[in-house]
Amino acid sequence: MTTPLLAIKGITKAYPGVVANSDVSFDIGKGEIHALLGENGAGKSTLVKAIYGLVRPDSGTMRWRGEPFAPTAPHEARAAGVAMVFQHFSLFDALDVAENVALGMDNPPPLRKLAAQIRKVSNDYGLPLDPGQLVGDLSAGQRQRVEIVRCLLQDPHLLIMDEPTSVLTPQEVDTLFRTLRQLRAEGRSILYISHKLEEIRALCETATVLRLGKVVDRCDPRDRTARELAEMMVGTKLHQPERPPHSPGDIALEVRGLSLRSPSPFGTSLKEVSVAVHMGEILGIGGVAGNGQDELSAALSGELRAPPGAVSIRGETVGHMGPNARRAMGLLCAPEERLGHAAAPEMTLVENALLTGAWRQKLVNGGFVNWTKARGFAEAVIKRFDVRTPGAHVVARALSGGNLQKFVIGREIMQRPDVLVVNQPTWGVDASAAAAIRQALMDLAQGGAAVVVISQDLDELLEIADSFAALNAGRLTAKRPVRGLTLDQVGLMLGGAEEAGDAAA
Amino acid sequence: MDLSSINPVVLAAALMVAATPILLAAIGELVAEKAGVLNLGVEGMMITGAVTGFAVAVMTRNPYLGMLAALCGGAAVSLIFALLTQVLMANQVASGLALTLFGLGFSALLGQGFVGIPPPRTPKMDLGFLSDLPVLGPILFRHDPMVYVSIALVAAVWYWLNHTRGGRILRAVGENHEAAHALGYRVRRVRILAIAFGGACAGLGGAYLSLIRVPQWTEGMTAGAGWIALALVVFASWRPWRALLGAYLFGGIIVLQLNLQAAGVRIPVEYLAMSPYLVTILVLVVMSSGRARKTLAAPGSLGRPFHATG
Repeated sequence: MTTPLLAIKGITKAYPGVVANSDVSFDIGKGEIHALLGENGAGKSTLVKAIYGLVRPDSGTMRWRGEPFAPTAPHEARAAGVAMVFQHFSLFDALDVAENVALGMDNPPPLRKLAAQIRKVSNDYGLPLDPGQLVGDLSAGQRQRVEIVRCLLQDPHLLIMDEPTSVLTPQEVDTLFRTLRQLRAEGRSILYISHKLEEIRALCETATVLRLGKVVDRCDPRDRTARELAEMMVGTKLHQPERPPHSPGDIALEVRGLSLRSPSPFGTSLKEVSVAVHMGEILGIGGVAGNGQDELSAALSGELRAPPGAVSIRGETVGHMGPNARRAMGLLCAPEERLGHAAAPEMTLVENALLTGAWRQKLVNGGFVNWTKARGFAEAVIKRFDVRTPGAHVVARALSGGNLQKFVIGREIMQRPDVLVVNQPTWGVDASAAAAIRQALMDLAQGGAAVVVISQDLDELLEIADSFAALNAGRLTAKRPVRGLTLDQVGLMLGGAEEAGDAAA
Repeated sequence: MDLSSINPVVLAAALMVAATPILLAAIGELVAEKAGVLNLGVEGMMITGAVTGFAVAVMTRNPYLGMLAALCGGAAVSLIFALLTQVLMANQVASGLALTLFGLGFSALLGQGFVGIPPPRTPKMDLGFLSDLPVLGPILFRHDPMVYVSIALVAAVWYWLNHTRGGRILRAVGENHEAAHALGYRVRRVRILAIAFGGACAGLGGAYLSLIRVPQWTEGMTAGAGWIALALVVFASWRPWRALLGAYLFGGIIVLQLNLQAAGVRIPVEYLAMSPYLVTILVLVVMSSGRARKTLAAPGSLGRPFHATG
């Protein structure tokens, strides 16, 4: 057998209170696309950070082409030929593409020369880029190109990609995969981390599965179904969200000709958004981040005011009302950003439950807070949504992302809304918790509520929604039933080509 | 009232002198803020520089040694701020305010024996025929060396920030510290150095006040110049040349109100004395209001503490 490119043996890394990696061993061969699978908190990020020199393992060894390898800083890893594309892009908005690339290199050439190199490499790999453009103005897909080109300029032997497709449209994913296969053909290796199991099945030939910091399985993902892979990660049978057949009722939420200027300079203004959601219907709104999702969510919740007639609930105009007035009318909302928007980080779960539940749950009486009732409400949410926390007295910041997400969504669902708007309900949440949240949303709709799910996870939308619409540059396409919708059509809708989509239907 | 007593040439020349201390302090704070650190202690660092510079200049009879001491003094107090905010992770706003109050008190203590003493004179530059030019000569070419040093510093900071690798790293740290850390840059080290640079510049600005502009030592003599410098950084939207422009604008207001007072304009003196600060508040309000703030391209991580994680 030939020497693997990177051999990892017995890596252990513990943080106070949690063992991130425990005796992890696996090999990455030359010219191999190797998948690293696991739920949130399974230890994938810690492991790749160890390879990239950002984290020093407590014990265990790594060998690079047979030689001992223990990088203590990223530049040592880069010198050996390891490059990394980060999950949250390590880019700087206010700097241009060439400057961003230069920052990721140890000995960058002068900017003018570098710009020429960027043009050449980006064209060679089918990822065209303009070196002079400000990164703040780029789309998510283009930003990722910057990251990848930055890595490629260093001629890496191993490219680590942490959740590279989570912000891409299906077409952009195709482009990325072509590039990755081209890299493999050149003999480079790729360590690929993703939650999207279908992608892993399409791209990778080996997979190592981590659970709670330990390697629990290895397999060839091409031989397994996505469901089998998911169950390996979770360690139990996966509950598939399901919903009995149903027919929609009257219109619960209607948006008519909503145009709204974004309050943020990098935001997207809404243009003539119109849609109606019926009782019992789940409307999925897809789109690449930054196409007006936050603005739409804020306009529906009442954080952004609109002309009265632009939004109506059961025929009553509410466009001019604030969030509390809309809550009283039965419209609740769970925004995307958990810490600081959906929940106040330094406040306890009881206080956070009070913040949106005060009106519908009658937690406030004559201006005085009924703490007993508020605690009861918070505890009910924790119990029903299996929020893992020592108790309701814990501050929101102390919860892990997935647990806080369950709490935030649960808090709204438990108030039995007539209309619920959720933005990225399962973002950063692991498979089993995501399934629980999706099931709860479907149950809510089954009970007669209209649910609007704004998400960038297309699989999620196609799984739970009855109808689908796409946001593109602040415009919303006409909604179409999910049944019979193909991924190609969805891609076209996301790209704003509504006409083409209709013609194909 | 006699406005004809105001000589525009003298006014313009005085403007450059009045602007120099705030310009020095502002360019230092600009670098610190570009690295993502909001140091509200400029006033405290300035007055510390003013007193250390003054004391050393008086003792050695050499104004340049005094300025060197002011550089070190300003940098030394700023390192207290660096320790608090970068190592002990204290809140930047509170630490900065504390630094201002500390600097004011500490300088009063140090300066007790120096009240009423004249400092050694700093000679004006003689730039030969340039200084003899009519109108332009007195306005531009008959100043002390520090006026030119401050302009050179603006040019150097501009070049360094935009055209060197070091400057690029500093901007990267200020723009997105998590990303900079992930790429392997030492966020904390860059920030401590930027804070020290800001402190040194503020100290120098303070010494310019006590040794050249006023020139003598009195308690609390910076009288809000540090706050004006802070406002100036925002006004300049974090660009060095605009800071120069802004400093001269503020300098102009300061000098003009002094001249108007001298000319006996029939407005209460207090209103005139207030005017530079009113403009400061106005600038801060306009510039920090919602939408304007982002479009002005404030560094993305400005004022946010950085915790290195795993």
